[in-house]
Amino acid sequence: MLAIISNVLRGTASRNGARVVVSARTYADFTPQASFDIKKCDVHKLEEGPPLQAVLTREEGLQYYRTMQTMRRMELKSDQLYKQKIIRGFCHLYDGQEACAVGIEAGINLTDHLITAYRAHGYTLTRGGTVREIMAELTGRRGGIAKGKGGSMHMYTKHFYGGNGIVGAQVPLGAGVALACKYLGKNELCVCLYGDGAANQGQIFETYNMASLWKLPCIFICENNKYGMGTSVERAAASTDYFKRGDFIPGLRVDGMDVLCVREATKFAAEHCRSGKGPILMELQTYRYHGHSMSDPGISYRTREEIQEVRSKSDPISMLKDRMLSNNMASVEELKEIDVEVRKEIEDAAQFATTDPEPPLDDLLRGTNPWTKLKSVS
Amino acid sequence: MFYIRVTVRDALNQAMDEELERDERVFLLGEEVAQYDGAYKVSRGLWKKYGDKRIIDTPITEMGFAGIAVGAAMAGLRPICEFMTFNFSMQAIDQVINSAAKTYYMSAGRQSVPIVFRGPNGASAGVAAQHSQCFAAWYGHCPGLKVVSPWSAEDARGLLKSAIRDDNPVVFLENELMYGVPFEMSEESQSKDFLIPIGKAKIERQGNHITVVSHSRMVSLCLDAAAVLAKEGIECEVINMRTIRPLDAEAIETSVMKTNHLITVEGGWPQFGVGGEILARIMEGPAFNYLDAPAVRVTGVDIPMPYAKILEDNSVPQIKDIIFSVKKTLNA
Repeated sequence: MLAIISNVLRGTASRNGARVVVSARTYADFTPQASFDIKKCDVHKLEEGPPLQAVLTREEGLQYYRTMQTMRRMELKSDQLYKQKIIRGFCHLYDGQEACAVGIEAGINLTDHLITAYRAHGYTLTRGGTVREIMAELTGRRGGIAKGKGGSMHMYTKHFYGGNGIVGAQVPLGAGVALACKYLGKNELCVCLYGDGAANQGQIFETYNMASLWKLPCIFICENNKYGMGTSVERAAASTDYFKRGDFIPGLRVDGMDVLCVREATKFAAEHCRSGKGPILMELQTYRYHGHSMSDPGISYRTREEIQEVRSKSDPISMLKDRMLSNNMASVEELKEIDVEVRKEIEDAAQFATTDPEPPLDDLLRGTNPWTKLKSVS
Repeated sequence: MFYIRVTVRDALNQAMDEELERDERVFLLGEEVAQYDGAYKVSRGLWKKYGDKRIIDTPITEMGFAGIAVGAAMAGLRPICEFMTFNFSMQAIDQVINSAAKTYYMSAGRQSVPIVFRGPNGASAGVAAQHSQCFAAWYGHCPGLKVVSPWSAEDARGLLKSAIRDDNPVVFLENELMYGVPFEMSEESQSKDFLIPIGKAKIERQGNHITVVSHSRMVSLCLDAAAVLAKEGIECEVINMRTIRPLDAEAIETSVMKTNHLITVEGGWPQFGVGGEILARIMEGPAFNYLDAPAVRVTGVDIPMPYAKILEDNSVPQIKDIIFSVKKTLNA
């Protein structure tokens, strides 16, 4: 009975366009927090791993849900705009991997540092970028987070060092940021991400060596989405135990589709770094629904069935949603409302991204380049 | 007038020492820079004075440690990254160009990279092909980098200090054969805030008949050639570029408009090189109309550096080559 009344009231509220506090069902009815079993992490050179249970509060759950949904819709919108040729060049989408970005951010502070490769839109968001700025950067407008100069792979915010186009190059950079953290003594750390494809790069092993020698506060994270472009991990790596590849660096293998698992592992890793023990490595087992980039349909090297199976059984957003609903931590309507708000935010951002003007040409004429004296203006 | 004699090596050492003292964000990393006192002893005494935190010995992993240095610069430190020679910078060139040079632009000014990459560049003596390449043209090609090539001890001191204080990535090309060469330095240049601006050339010798533009060790040869030519009544204006990028085209143009003749002298290979750039700039600017003869580049020979002394000696410009080019240009 109570449920029916609340639905009617809510219906009225939306028809009137007003936001009415539905007093028929108060927040006191929801479970404020619950404890969930999470998958055990495989460990390498560690006595113990992260806890097997995670406590999720209602606020946290709603926030993770909103962020992951925003990320998902933002990426899907970008797919649309790309197909309409409003976004051009490289566009590497993150849908499917949301639990990684959101879980990691939940395990660290905004004052910590993070660097990743080119599949970076999700991290730009969690590190403080707005959907508007991100999308306007993808469409190359002056309102973009890099004023249109960077594009998909070169977005930056405070304590977020991109967005890097050269596979593996960001790993030494991340260790350098960690060196600065240790040097400046502010108890900050650096999360340094790379993919399963990059994991075979020599410079990463050079970085493992120095980070370990100098005990840098660096969390190396391998986002293993099973494919480096079109090459499956089995065909690229002699050892696919990416969490062990750090050799002398302790490692964890984590379920990257479960935001709570990622969060607990990140907290565990952060504790390790902050206590001065040096670097640690996490392998997040995750999956991307899209191909490597927008120019890759993503089905020549994997089956549609495989993609569908992951979507139906392991989708990070669905997993969180199910957990919250089955534990009475949120209502279906509430989550739907968040969906509506997210959709609106994305629409607004897309609108901005398609109407904002492009950067001015004068930007090109700066500098003492003599060539510009000869450049035709018409 | 108070002068002291200081070698280029000591000038570099003092500059680094003073900058390390002045700003605690400055630190030095590279192979053998700490406990070995530097492969060429340029960082002698620094580790003893500043310790492990500020003077860091790295493993032989250029790509890794150059990347680490760039990352540290992004996060607020001011690293000096030493390449034992710039030949080894090729292993790390992606970090220098894609991570350091381009980032300020790609981030629309949000992310700066205040790093100095320094080390010996160009030919040495008997070190053969893989250890003798000049990288002035390669790095000079790239927007986002400043590229500096000091000649004298004063250059070394003032330019290195400027490079360390500059918020841009600076490639600082030293020369191994110049390390031990002493120069007289004025009292003024001993000041802790003695800075030479990056991007400004210096006229080392005034002259009216021909402009001779050079950088690094070749400046010595140009001055020697000028001394010989003076005896024959030919007065060369020798310009020490000091900076490769941004190139001080104005200084060269002003000189050419006075002398009407130009040669450039460099140790690097001829094709797509520093001399080629200077000649192109002259053609694009006001000085072209003042040339009485085509400008000429004197460069290293277009081959991988051979080992045998006679071959090596003849693979880089010699004083006689400079004299020959001057006379040919002047039609003397």
